[in-house]
Amino acid sequence: MEQMIGESELHTTARQIRRDIITMLLEAGSGHPGGSLSAVEILTYLYFREMKVDPADPQWPGRDRFILSKGHAGPALFSVLAERGFFPREELLTFRKIDSRLQGHPDMRKTPGVEMSTGSLGQGFSVANGIALAGKLDKKDYRVFLMLGDGEIEEGQVWEASMAAAHYKLDNLTAFLDHNGLQIDGPVTEVMSPEPVADKFKAFGWEVVKIDGHSFPEIRQAIDHAKKTQGKPTMIIAETVKGRGVSFMENEAGWHGAAPNREQAEKALAELV
Amino acid sequence: MEKIATREAYGKALVKLGAQNPQVVVLDADLSKSTKTNNFQKVYPERFFNMGIAEQNMIGTAAGFAIAGKIPFASTFAVFATGRAFEQIRNSIAYSRLNVKIAATHAGLTVGEDGASHQAILDISLMRSLPDMTVLVPCDGVEAEQAVFAAAAMDGPVYIRLGRSAVPILHAGGDRFAIGKGEELRQGADVSLLACGIMVAEALKAAEELEAEGVSARVLNIASIKPLDVETIVKAARETGAIVTAEEHSIIGGLGSAVAEVLAEHCPVPMERVGIKDVFGESGKPQELLDKYGLTAKDIKAAAYRVIKKK
Ligand SMILES: Cc1ncc(C[n+]2csc(CCOP(=O)(O)OP(=O)(O)O)c2C)c(N)n1
Ligand SMILES: [Mg+2]
Repeated sequence: MEQMIGESELHTTARQIRRDIITMLLEAGSGHPGGSLSAVEILTYLYFREMKVDPADPQWPGRDRFILSKGHAGPALFSVLAERGFFPREELLTFRKIDSRLQGHPDMRKTPGVEMSTGSLGQGFSVANGIALAGKLDKKDYRVFLMLGDGEIEEGQVWEASMAAAHYKLDNLTAFLDHNGLQIDGPVTEVMSPEPVADKFKAFGWEVVKIDGHSFPEIRQAIDHAKKTQGKPTMIIAETVKGRGVSFMENEAGWHGAAPNREQAEKALAELV
Repeated sequence: MEKIATREAYGKALVKLGAQNPQVVVLDADLSKSTKTNNFQKVYPERFFNMGIAEQNMIGTAAGFAIAGKIPFASTFAVFATGRAFEQIRNSIAYSRLNVKIAATHAGLTVGEDGASHQAILDISLMRSLPDMTVLVPCDGVEAEQAVFAAAAMDGPVYIRLGRSAVPILHAGGDRFAIGKGEELRQGADVSLLACGIMVAEALKAAEELEAEGVSARVLNIASIKPLDVETIVKAARETGAIVTAEEHSIIGGLGSAVAEVLAEHCPVPMERVGIKDVFGESGKPQELLDKYGLTAKDIKAAAYRVIKKK
């Protein structure tokens, strides 16, 4: 399995993406490192191993779609898109700056490869449903991937959308829950616990898989399982570490939405080699 | 005079549109019998999606359909479409200029007996403030059908405001309607009555009565609230020197506000806004409500005399 998916290459890419995230945030002076870093392996796997996309033709109709409903993790998405060739890597340094194509939260009208503008939590889910429904209606075989935060699922719209995805049997939709345990004000279970999440999604009619969200082989297995699952959407609950890869950011709610200063960034980059 | 509710016309128009354009899909939130999208459902069940009582998800799903190349029409009562799902319309539709048509019914006081909780009196205000949103308020069944086709023909988000009660048909058929254009229904030199929706018929009635009393009133049907026909409005202000607006909506943020903005910048003349005076409605028969809240030809006429006096 390890060789089949080129795991060491993926690790190298993931490391580079983490470095880019830190560099972008340092340069921007603001942004969200924690939830960007927890999502890196999933995004890397999707864009480098799983999804049919064409960086030279981002709007290619046959493409698979990814929607980052937790839009504040934009730095992870932008880094992956740049690494994948959707736009030049140097552009990452314009993140959050005036006239940039890389907005504080993803903007489909500005950034090649961004499928939907997100940032207001809960909304990307419904949009993913719509794209998946249209795919079914048109008998197209593209797949729709979605990423949600574990704090995000406190939004009512998420449960409206969960109900609808199961009702319409959207087996072309695969969602990842970035289960990093933290939101802005602290642990998700203390702020407003959505647990037990697996039982909830099962009760809503979803196929549910639990994985280590930093393990490429487990991500792959879960996606393969989702693709084989018929008649219902799959929720992949990915156990992750918020701030993963930077020791002083890991599991610290304070690093949800704070950019590192130069010294902190250098320390982080020294760990990411 | 023949009467039909604009929602009825909407339901029929959807069926015609669906035949012409296979990309059209329709979403509703458990109100398809009231919004009349059930007409479309009967003919094109595979292109109809009942999203249940979940307006936020319905609006977001419509956005996804648009991204995938469909032309979604999403319908529910205007109060829920624009209120409950406002932020979804803002962030999932308007911000990305997605090709979603929100056709909302039961706007205004003429919802009647259901009362204030169901009477959308702020929807024009909310939708008009969104960048890139086109806002259409047809005045009769003919115009409602034309608005539906015009909305489908353009690329971008559109809000179409429709009513529950039957209203007189003021137009013959034919391709007259154009987004961004006001329509002069009656010439006049002393005052201009600018109306939208059900108030257009009232404005015409007022103009007739004024004429009998020796006052010449121009009547403009402003179905396209956004984009607004600035040229026609300024011309009316210049030529008649007095303006009355009339709408089944709060006087804050709707047609009256839009016209006031234009006049203040281009041609300040005396003006009055006939509309709901910053209060909520209540239960009652539609006509009783229009009488009580000052939305009749009589109210327009009184306002016309007041503005003429200020000239
Ligand atoms: C509708 C909405 N409410 C509030 C916010 C502000 N906000 C941004 S991120 C966040 C916490 C998200 O937590 P989680 O979903 O767990 O994300 P992650 O831990 O993966 O960063 C909040 C409250 C928002 N962006 N959208
Ligand atoms: Mg979290």
